[in-house]
Amino acid sequence: MPQEHRLILRHTDAPGYAPDIECYQRHGGYEALRKALASSPKELPDGKKISPQEQLREDVKLSGLRGRGGAGFSCGIKWSLVDRRSGKPIYLICNADESEPGTFKDRQILYKDPHQLIEGMILSCWANDVRLAYIYIRGEFPAGAKILNGALKEARAKGFLGKNILGTGYDLEIYVHRGAGAYICGEETGLIESLEGKRAYPRIKPPYFPAVLGLYMCPTIVNNVETLCAVKHIVTMGGAEFARLGTPNNTGTRIVSLSGDVKRPGYYEVEVGKASVGELIFHENFGQGLREGRQLKAVIPGGSSSKVLKAGEKFKMKRKSAEGQMVTVDVDLLDLPYDFDSLQAAGTMSGSGAIIVLDDTRSMVDALGNVSEFYAHESCGQCTPCREGSLWMSKALDRLSHGQGRKADADYLLHIAQNIQGRTICAFGEACAWPVLSFVRKFKDEFEARGAEQEARRASAGTTEGTSTH
Amino acid sequence: MSFEVPSELEAELDELTTHYPHKRSASLMFLHALQEHFGFISSEAEEWTASKLGLQPINVHELVTFYPMFRQEPLGRHQIKVCRTLSCALAGAKVVRDAFCHKVGLDLHKHGPQTTPDGLYTVEFVECLASCGTGPVVMVNEAFHEHVTVEKAEQILAGCRGN
Ligand SMILES: Cc1cc2nc3c(=O)[nH]c(=O)nc-3n(C[C@H](O)[C@H](O)[C@H](O)COP(=O)(O)O)c2cc1C
Ligand code: SF4
Ligand code: FES
Repeated sequence: MPQEHRLILRHTDAPGYAPDIECYQRHGGYEALRKALASSPKELPDGKKISPQEQLREDVKLSGLRGRGGAGFSCGIKWSLVDRRSGKPIYLICNADESEPGTFKDRQILYKDPHQLIEGMILSCWANDVRLAYIYIRGEFPAGAKILNGALKEARAKGFLGKNILGTGYDLEIYVHRGAGAYICGEETGLIESLEGKRAYPRIKPPYFPAVLGLYMCPTIVNNVETLCAVKHIVTMGGAEFARLGTPNNTGTRIVSLSGDVKRPGYYEVEVGKASVGELIFHENFGQGLREGRQLKAVIPGGSSSKVLKAGEKFKMKRKSAEGQMVTVDVDLLDLPYDFDSLQAAGTMSGSGAIIVLDDTRSMVDALGNVSEFYAHESCGQCTPCREGSLWMSKALDRLSHGQGRKADADYLLHIAQNIQGRTICAFGEACAWPVLSFVRKFKDEFEARGAEQEARRASAGTTEGTSTH
Repeated sequence: MSFEVPSELEAELDELTTHYPHKRSASLMFLHALQEHFGFISSEAEEWTASKLGLQPINVHELVTFYPMFRQEPLGRHQIKVCRTLSCALAGAKVVRDAFCHKVGLDLHKHGPQTTPDGLYTVEFVECLASCGTGPVVMVNEAFHEHVTVEKAEQILAGCRGN
């Protein structure tokens, strides 16, 4: 039976669990830090010594941990790309911008268990020789910022943070930095610019890979809140044990944010890939299905920028047969294991782990209009295709939502979206193009019918108003 | 109106600049603190921030115009932000926003933030507030409300009237 496996959220919702340090320590908090800092260099058979910090970095690689912020990139590899020879300081930034629509998981950690994040950060900083780190928290979490500041103060007072941590000679400071309502601050190079006190204009890669030229042009690690929490558990249980959770190449647990047309929206922590998309939506332990009399129409599987999946859609997947051979099988949307690789194989992504469910009473035109309005509002404006395209798409959808659409708008939308993706500085270009491409392609009849009907209505009313292209 | 930053606040801000190897990084934190104190960011506040951080006023002004949370004129005492993004929209955010507008006498059909003439309320749609499972969600100043219905909107306004 698919069920939650709470590792990161093990305590957060227990009665009486509080965000203060005493409560955290009563539940074993900061023991992972003591353990790591007390470990000694290991001697390899060939006589080479590896430092405890390097051991932790190796353990994170072994754990298979993939970033929980959106791209699902290996955390161990990300850390190994950090330029350790430049002689410049290395910075670490926790991405607590939580701005991808549909996502509300980091909020649970920040508000209810801030010390878990702080412990994960201290460990990650220690492993990477970081002495100064920041938590970039979205501006709309004012209470979260206060909770974090309080927690950092407690950690300093107990000697887990500051100078000479636990008597080891290691110094680290962590500060909270507040964003101010711009989605693009979630993109790591936009975030870095914002932390430098500038507009959050994403930087062009290459050359500005954070691992080499990040904050203040120094090597920088940017990790999501949930990723950094996982590091704490990797220390506690060991990388190999962590890798036994979940499924191959999709290890550990992950917090899924479920919203939209389900009976029981919420956040559910599951072993990655152990629950299918269908189970997350319908099973009594999770979403409990759709409201009475409603049918599933579509699923946005990984935050609003992921490509939509249509109810009944089938995907070709490689599976091991009973005889141990690789065979290609048809897998229904509902049977897709909710993991990084399966969603990618289905042409979309699990992104930030946010599933938005749409039932058959919903108009895909209006839903896409809502999403596109978000992107039109949030484009930072540096690249012409993104700045103009996101606006044109939103305007065309607004027309379709307000009776002024045309049948040709469906193709018009596809045309604009195709001219954005791959032509921009940052992945926001894809984030705004993918919903449009997938909604319109998979539900083209609905878009065309809406436009055609509006054209007909205008024609019979004897007006040609609203039929111009822009 | 003369622009004066109380010495306590200034000391707090001076401490903030020590968090960063480059003072400029403190700009957003300065603007948050000044907006909290004065209610909005005036051009004096921009100039003051610039001189404290060794910047040109334009370096600060461009932040105020870029980041949606910063305001260039005073808003209502109770700032009501209703999330309009998809999950909240599916849960009925439009009805909730309209109810707020209707009850405080603002135009349902206008876009963008609107403030009542008595300066008590500002109502606006904002983008996803990262609580999509409990929509529609609304922030009133720093307080956060979930599962907001028309009835609940009324209660929230009653709570505002109380202070
Ligand atoms: C437009 C855009 C918005 C993003 N928003 C967020 C966000 O809100 N939170 C987050 O952790 N990552 C976000 N990301 C991903 C980050 O750029 C980055 O990959 C991530 O923080 C790395 O952390 P991870 O490896 O631990 O996942 C966003 C990316 C893009 C392109
Ligand atoms: S793709 Fe869009 S958001 Fe990204 S840098 Fe270009 S204009 Fe800005
Ligand atoms: S959609 Fe409203 S909080 Fe996310």
